[in-house]
Amino acid sequence: MPLLLLALGVLATSGLAAVAAGRRAEWATRAGVSGAVLGSTLALVPVISVLASGSPIAFELPWSVPGGSFRIAIDPLSAWFLVPLLGLAAVTAIYGGVYLAAHRGERSLGPPWLFFNALVATMVLVVVARNAVLFLIAWECMAVASFFLVTFDHDREAVRKAGWIYLVASHLGTAFLLALFAVLGHAAGSLDFERMERIADLSPTLATVAFLLAVVGFGTKAGWVPFHVWLPEAHPAAPSHVSALLSGVMVKLGIYGVLRTLGLLAGSESAWWGWLLIGIGAVSGLYGILCALGQTDLKRMLAYSTVENTGLIAMGLGLSVVGGVTGHPWMARLAHAGALLHVLNHALLKGLLFLAAGAVLHATGTTDMERLGGVAKRMPWTAAAFLTASAAIAALPPLNGFVGELLILLGAYAGLAAHESWLAGLAVIAALGLIAGLVALAFTRAFGVVFLGEPRDASARCGADPPPAMRVVLVVLAGAIVVLGMALPWALSSPVLQSVLDLPVGQPDVAAVFARLGLAFAGFAVLLFAAALARRGLLAGRSVESGPTWGCGFLRPTPRMQYTASSFAEPVLSLFAPLVRMRRQIAAPQGPFPLSAALAERAVDPFLSVIYAVIFAALGRGLGWFRWLQQGRVQLYVLYIAVTLVALLVWATRVAP
Amino acid sequence: MSAAGLAPPLLGLALAPLLLGIVSRTKALFAGRRGAPLLQPYHDLARLLKKGAVYSPTTTWAFRATPVVTLAAGIAVLFVLPFGSLPALLAFDGDFLLFAALLAAARFFTIVGAFDTASSFPALGASREATFSALAEPALLLSVAVLTYLTGSLSLSTMLGAITGLEWRQAGPALVLVAAALFVVLLAECSRIPIDDPGTHLELTMIHEVMVLDHGGPDLAFVLYGSALKLWALAALVAGLLVPVRTGQVALDGLAFLGGMIGLAIVLGVVESTMARLRLHRVPQLLVGASAFAVLALLLALR
Repeated sequence: MPLLLLALGVLATSGLAAVAAGRRAEWATRAGVSGAVLGSTLALVPVISVLASGSPIAFELPWSVPGGSFRIAIDPLSAWFLVPLLGLAAVTAIYGGVYLAAHRGERSLGPPWLFFNALVATMVLVVVARNAVLFLIAWECMAVASFFLVTFDHDREAVRKAGWIYLVASHLGTAFLLALFAVLGHAAGSLDFERMERIADLSPTLATVAFLLAVVGFGTKAGWVPFHVWLPEAHPAAPSHVSALLSGVMVKLGIYGVLRTLGLLAGSESAWWGWLLIGIGAVSGLYGILCALGQTDLKRMLAYSTVENTGLIAMGLGLSVVGGVTGHPWMARLAHAGALLHVLNHALLKGLLFLAAGAVLHATGTTDMERLGGVAKRMPWTAAAFLTASAAIAALPPLNGFVGELLILLGAYAGLAAHESWLAGLAVIAALGLIAGLVALAFTRAFGVVFLGEPRDASARCGADPPPAMRVVLVVLAGAIVVLGMALPWALSSPVLQSVLDLPVGQPDVAAVFARLGLAFAGFAVLLFAAALARRGLLAGRSVESGPTWGCGFLRPTPRMQYTASSFAEPVLSLFAPLVRMRRQIAAPQGPFPLSAALAERAVDPFLSVIYAVIFAALGRGLGWFRWLQQGRVQLYVLYIAVTLVALLVWATRVAP
Repeated sequence: MSAAGLAPPLLGLALAPLLLGIVSRTKALFAGRRGAPLLQPYHDLARLLKKGAVYSPTTTWAFRATPVVTLAAGIAVLFVLPFGSLPALLAFDGDFLLFAALLAAARFFTIVGAFDTASSFPALGASREATFSALAEPALLLSVAVLTYLTGSLSLSTMLGAITGLEWRQAGPALVLVAAALFVVLLAECSRIPIDDPGTHLELTMIHEVMVLDHGGPDLAFVLYGSALKLWALAALVAGLLVPVRTGQVALDGLAFLGGMIGLAIVLGVVESTMARLRLHRVPQLLVGASAFAVLALLLALR
């Protein structure tokens, strides 16, 4: 535990050092990157030891904040979330060091590194905090640090707007968490998680209220529909290494919060909680991936895919709650393990996808898919990394994404086989099946349009693979996906992962299942290798020529005639037309000799542009009456606080004499 | 896992192209022609394997990966596929998910290869294929869910092994619906009429065929053989369900299963000869219908 505190200290001092370095960009970068890498590595030591031993470690410092206590602990659940957090933080910092260097002349690099390291430190603190006050402070600092990172490019109006939406959504989410901890703290008589866990007789109503508050508050961070609107705005607006950290890790802290709350409320669950999570998950998954298909901006598309993936995790959690309540432990534990595994897998995948997208942005200056094309020829490393992550997110064997989804589905099928909770299982199977197909559609589209074919626009003609430091990060993450995929089946039944995942032993015999799966993965890899060798052997010594693509009778094709991202997704989006609204602008050809014609389609998110717009406009009108309170003078605000406190004191002495 | 366990995959490898031969022979007979020999697909593959290759300058390694993944996935599927009542070499709980994922891997890389040609036509086919497969995926998973519910088993081998004559008498209607759903999945995944027309000559109307237009020589052989294996795999699910001969005698069960496969190939030929292709807008209705069949089957099977 001293190592963890030391790590937090390193993160804080290196961030401050980066600011102190000020305009000397090299020094700021050096301080920021080395601090993030060193801090993450130091913190990984106790995390690994907790995972290896399975026994939690705790620590407490004296703290004079009312209701608060500086209690921190690492248990297997915290450790499970800390592994991707720290790992991704270290590699994104290395990547960011090169990535931000392009902005050296424009602005000081000190603050971005302060906020980056502060974000890492506060995320760690969120996961280890064992007191509600400490948790909420860390949670808020995390939101603020990430807000400043999202608005790094604040010269652009779109970025400022994205940051604004993010800040509002984040604070609204926190308001629900405040209420959650107030409810639980009141019932427990203390704001320590330890006491909340042991509330003797939590009334069902109170438990339900707490659960719903957690779903809204933490669901906002996790990006569950309908609380997702900030996510596709904020994640693409941030610099790519920050997007990777936000989408890969920070949204998972919402999942962590739900899991922690479910742990606090253990014993008071009812089956409909699970149904609610399955419903939210299915809607988020389906809606997220359909919106992803409607996007033509690569980073925005990846952000919507994050909504889909947290939905998938929600379905796993929901299934585990249903299984637990209806007395079906296999289903519960399989789905629970699948959801946890997907947390790790998605952190890796989405991190890499955002970093690869960042490399494309770095090289070509755009993430607009309709202008890109043929990037793979100039950026083979980036292309290979993006393809690996795309294949893994589409749950293709033998990569890591498949294993997590397999566990969730196995949970659903296990329920069906035992004739229990069959409806929940059926819902998960149908939703996951459809979503899996759509994910394959979304990621073949992203990879195919951006990296293959011919450049659609001059901007995609230039650029090359990123500098070595960034390239190494891409290769390491892609390698981790392959290695993890091949190793997971063997590692799952090991005691280390068992302490977190808690997979069932017996029927279905998970160890046997995974031994066979590992064999199948290895066999498939061998087959791939053999087929590649056979192909090479057959072509050796024969004539291998180069000739134009068969144009189906069209003699002079141009790159502009290629299929676009919009045209590829049109058939499927038209099927789901009521769910995803496409705004279409047509400039129809005019006259017998038309000079120009244009068609542009853009997906609009009705949640943001209709529902929330209406609600917030009404709120704005209603609250306009209180404008006079807002004077913009700090002295006055302090006075407001003082008056409020005095009023509360008077009230308190009256109520409790 | 014994040496005898290797027989089903080896038989699949050897006999898969024969199914295509039977289908086209049936179609020829319906059209009043004599048709190509049954072994024509083997000759085609052998001829292609002897050729060189021509690659478009727009293509990259991604295009060259397509045939490799298609073939490897096609072969790998055979190892989790039961041969009628004979269990697969690698049977385990959840093996059907690996089955679906391997088919998805082949499809994923076929689509990627289509994009690499920089031509609109392959990408057009890819868009349709990806859309229809996304709708076929839940139908496949839900059909298996019904079988799981009926047999209490999580592995394709034990699942199909438990489909006996008795099971048919007890849950006949549900099994008919599941077989129908799986048959639609087979039609969609293997690009047969009424969803796709493997014999069409206009690129605009093709779905699967247009995606692999630019492959030639050994690459095309890999792709075609991979498709034949996929047809074999999906047909084996339907045949395993429809031919509930479970005597326990390996030879008898195996022969009955083979008969079922041949019969299914003839049925495919008959369907292709007697039906027209559906309009593209109708295809999703058919596929969603398959999922509905599976859900209905589960409701019928509830006990």
